[in-house]
Amino acid sequence: MGDLKLMKGNEALSEAMIRAGCDAYFGYPITPQSEVLEYLAREASARTGMVVLQAESEVAAINMIYGAAGAGRRVMTTSSSPGISLMQEGLSYIASAELPCLLANVVRGGPGLGTIQPSQADYFQSVKGGGHGDYKLIVLAPSSVQEMVDFVKLGFELGEKYRNPVMILTDGAIGQMMEKVVLFEQMPRKTEFPDWATTGKKPGKDRNYITSLHIQSEKMEEINLRLQAKYKEIEKNEIRYQTVNLEDAEYVFTGFGLVARICIKAMEMARAKGYKVGVIRPITVFPFPTQVYADVAPQLKGILDVEMNAGQMVEDVRLSVNGATKVEFYGRMGGMIPSPEEILENFERIYIKGETK
Amino acid sequence: MTQEAIFAGFGGQGVLSMGMILAYSGMLENKEVCWMPSYGPEMRGGTANAITIVSDDYISSPIISRFDSVIALNQPSVDKFESRVKPGGMIIYDSTNILTPPTRTDITIYNVPGSEEAVKLKNIKVLNMLMLGAFVRATKIVKEETITEALKQVLPERYHKLVPLNMEAFNVGTSFVTN
Repeated sequence: MGDLKLMKGNEALSEAMIRAGCDAYFGYPITPQSEVLEYLAREASARTGMVVLQAESEVAAINMIYGAAGAGRRVMTTSSSPGISLMQEGLSYIASAELPCLLANVVRGGPGLGTIQPSQADYFQSVKGGGHGDYKLIVLAPSSVQEMVDFVKLGFELGEKYRNPVMILTDGAIGQMMEKVVLFEQMPRKTEFPDWATTGKKPGKDRNYITSLHIQSEKMEEINLRLQAKYKEIEKNEIRYQTVNLEDAEYVFTGFGLVARICIKAMEMARAKGYKVGVIRPITVFPFPTQVYADVAPQLKGILDVEMNAGQMVEDVRLSVNGATKVEFYGRMGGMIPSPEEILENFERIYIKGETK
Repeated sequence: MTQEAIFAGFGGQGVLSMGMILAYSGMLENKEVCWMPSYGPEMRGGTANAITIVSDDYISSPIISRFDSVIALNQPSVDKFESRVKPGGMIIYDSTNILTPPTRTDITIYNVPGSEEAVKLKNIKVLNMLMLGAFVRATKIVKEETITEALKQVLPERYHKLVPLNMEAFNVGTSFVTN
């Protein structure tokens, strides 16, 4: 059992980064995640010697991540939606070069500069590519401050296991709210680095060369095939999800991150009114937990997917059930958060009264 | 026991701290806690609020729109949140600051002349502790003695000399609630 603390999501994420033995953080401040850089600047280097650097822009930060990841270091950056958009080019390069690194997107309402309030509108950007080319991030969606801690450790591990960038997809509300957290013990920083890392040419060994440029199409296709095989492997091994009350469920509320918890409250209220509702929460949104939806679909009268966007994950839910049950959507946008009452009302409107908007 | 509360007032009145002190107290008593501040443009001069949930059980949603208790330090907060108190719940308001008091009959209403009492203590900034005192006495969601310890965790060490004044205000607040 580690330390028990009351922390903001952003602070908890930062503390976890230090404790996970992270070697370097490169970032640029943006609300609602500026606490990350502030916390690290205050705490990190004195405790572990970790490098904490405010880059001149998000474009610079992601390329610093590219460089340090290439040297085999444990590296992380964080930002919020507009800043993450700026990082997409570098992220595509990192995915192509197969380097491990960890990012957190503390999503705010968009499009554009938008608002500083929480949103989930960057789901497509996170799980369907974002940058150019056929690549995937491993995407973890925490729904509590505790998971902001746990997923930093898990994110580094998964990234290093698959040599792939990992994204923690969270939102402004989780970043700003305080909950109890159990912190894991301080881990030592790495002293040995992978044999592919650019740590200096050793006598008698070939030099390591990290690039995403392969002019020959045959070579580039080969790399694409290797990446796709890796993503299949990730889909086979790394799916994570939470289910609540599925056994007797006739309906399912589903959502990721913060919204999943609001769905659980709405489910409790629905059960109190006699509706048999369960909840599915994808914890990894790539790889997406397709099978759990497919398995439960035949027993259902319908699914209500709830998100803080115009309906993004709902497409993956529909693909998962493949027509076996009805999938309806309810969402709020632009920084608004759906309340449990709202979810229940919309469930009753759609599935009990059979009304459409 | 679960208490779903919202502390609301102008930015600068210490409403976020009230919630945070309550959340720390809950944690010190091994309860589940969640503190969710408003952090938008309202932080800069308008109304600020912090939803604070303290419970003996797992807390599902940190986002709620109906409250067991509303602690209102200004008129806009009474106007906005009175209708969102659950039937049988309560509203505690600073009667010095509020011209149009709440009117519902299905909830308990405590009027605490918070600003007036804080002036008597020669520091208007302790208004939040005064109102928190009334809230804790009325709900008993945490023990009153836990608050001192929580206050020490929330306040940076250089302000610990202010703990006695804050606790004095807290105790004055409790005296306005008689069960």
